[in-house]
Amino acid sequence: MALDTDTVRRIARLARLHIPDADLEPLAGELSNIIGWVEQLAEVDTDGVAPMTSVVETTPHLRDDVVNDGGYPDRVLANAPDAEGEFFAVPKVIE
Amino acid sequence: MAGTSDLTRLTIADAGAGLAAGDFSARELTQAHLDAMAAARDLNAYSAETPDQALAMADASDARRGQGDAQGPLDGIPLAIKDLFCTEGVLSTAGSHILDGFKPTYESTVTQQLWDAGAVMLGKTNMDEFAMGSANVTSHYGPCLNPWKAASGDAAGKDLVPGGSSGGSASAVAANIALGATGTDTGGSIRQPGSFCGIVGMKPTYGRCSRWGIIAFASSLDQAGPLTRTVRDGALMLGAMAGYDPKDSTSVDIPVPDYAAALTGDIRGLRVGIPAEYRMDGTPPEIEALWQQGRDWLRDAGAEIVDISLPHTKYALPTYYIVAPAEASSNLARYDGVRYGLRVEGEDIIDTYEKTRAAGFGPEVKRRIMIGTYVLSAGYYDAYYLQAQRVRTRIADDFRAAWDKCDVILTPTAPSAAFAIGEKMDDPIAMYLNDIFTVPASMAGLPAISVPAGLSADGLPLGLHLIGPAFAEETMLRAADVLETAAEFEGRQ
Repeated sequence: MALDTDTVRRIARLARLHIPDADLEPLAGELSNIIGWVEQLAEVDTDGVAPMTSVVETTPHLRDDVVNDGGYPDRVLANAPDAEGEFFAVPKVIE
Repeated sequence: MAGTSDLTRLTIADAGAGLAAGDFSARELTQAHLDAMAAARDLNAYSAETPDQALAMADASDARRGQGDAQGPLDGIPLAIKDLFCTEGVLSTAGSHILDGFKPTYESTVTQQLWDAGAVMLGKTNMDEFAMGSANVTSHYGPCLNPWKAASGDAAGKDLVPGGSSGGSASAVAANIALGATGTDTGGSIRQPGSFCGIVGMKPTYGRCSRWGIIAFASSLDQAGPLTRTVRDGALMLGAMAGYDPKDSTSVDIPVPDYAAALTGDIRGLRVGIPAEYRMDGTPPEIEALWQQGRDWLRDAGAEIVDISLPHTKYALPTYYIVAPAEASSNLARYDGVRYGLRVEGEDIIDTYEKTRAAGFGPEVKRRIMIGTYVLSAGYYDAYYLQAQRVRTRIADDFRAAWDKCDVILTPTAPSAAFAIGEKMDDPIAMYLNDIFTVPASMAGLPAISVPAGLSADGLPLGLHLIGPAFAEETMLRAADVLETAAEFEGRQ
């Protein structure tokens, strides 16, 4: 299925990627090629086949429901582009 | 003390023996590698060198050994670390602009286990951005070069790709500027560069190594593994890297065997499966011939060659290109310019996210985020993502049926030798086809290894690929060791 530029704009918005208008058309072409290629999967008979959820058969461990980490805001914030006190700083999100 | 260049040409096993015998110190071994790294910077194999840390770790190793407290076969062994592993206080970028300046405040489990085993970190290696690529050409830090050059043909004299995504790790090991390196493999990212650079690359079973602290690409596929110059070295490294980790709920809690002890050289009676579907149109005759040669080597060593069928092989790659981008689009949602790395200020918070991600991600990463977002979006999820996960079950079932007939599977690693930088750049699908032989084992979570087995007509390395059942690394390594012995592959230098 070919993707049109409106679809590409919508997907870019969902993916939080700014795509300049001039790039929409070429990107639509590239993505359409890839989607067209993966669509061959439709020909595989998967009636009654369960979707894979775990590639290795194993029973995960349960851990004790206790606090076992944390309490070091300075380390959490060490790589923040912008921080104030013990908080990440972001552009204003409410009026 | 041996000469400096001799020290960089050792295997891990021989270097460990030399350290134990007192032939040289860990500091001398490490300094020889730091000198060789400085002389080989044109390869662009390292994105960050950590000489001070390396020498401090080497001195600590020498001190341990002096007190009779050496930790085992990796104590004092200098290694390179793929830049996908978070290393405490050391730049960790995944080859991406969006992780500019990121210095983790924690250490990945796999690298911590290597340091606990006494290994020495030389630096971080170049890679395709977020491990998305098969040629190391999508790195923000520029392409990494393969130390090999073609002697003839179209690529003669040109700079060649090392493969990818673990291109820097493979190049470093092949160029003798690390005794071994960590890689990660999502669809072939250890094995294909191993093949291109003429070294051994092993992807263990999914769950064998902890993924904690490895920057995530596709969580149901990502797995750490070693790149080394010999099968035995790979066995030694895997022994330290593997193991259950409470911090990764998908890591599996079964004992880690002594992998090197599995290399007995005896494969009499081993059943080696040859999948009919891996004979593909367009595979160069020299790769078909090498595959046949591999069969002959294993048969001569006493193995039984068995024809098998993996009917859904041709669907593995398109399945991968739904599942991996879907998981990537989710995993890479965290790069928003708020908590780490690059931030490009916008008019509001949404604009900041969008501009940060537009500036921080390269074209291939954006392409995969877009594909992943699309196949997960309302109205398309069932047709693409759910169908891909069903086909993935089919692929895994193919292998399950094959294990009734054989103990390991032999295939080529890649459909070509290394190609020139710049090739296959205009056509994403042509680049994706590099992984056509490696992706099926990834989709089924199985262990697989590439062993250098011969040279192309143009004088470039070609690998053979062994796949084993889940957690049958020992059987797979035993066969790989026999293949390696029979091939008598001469390294680059």
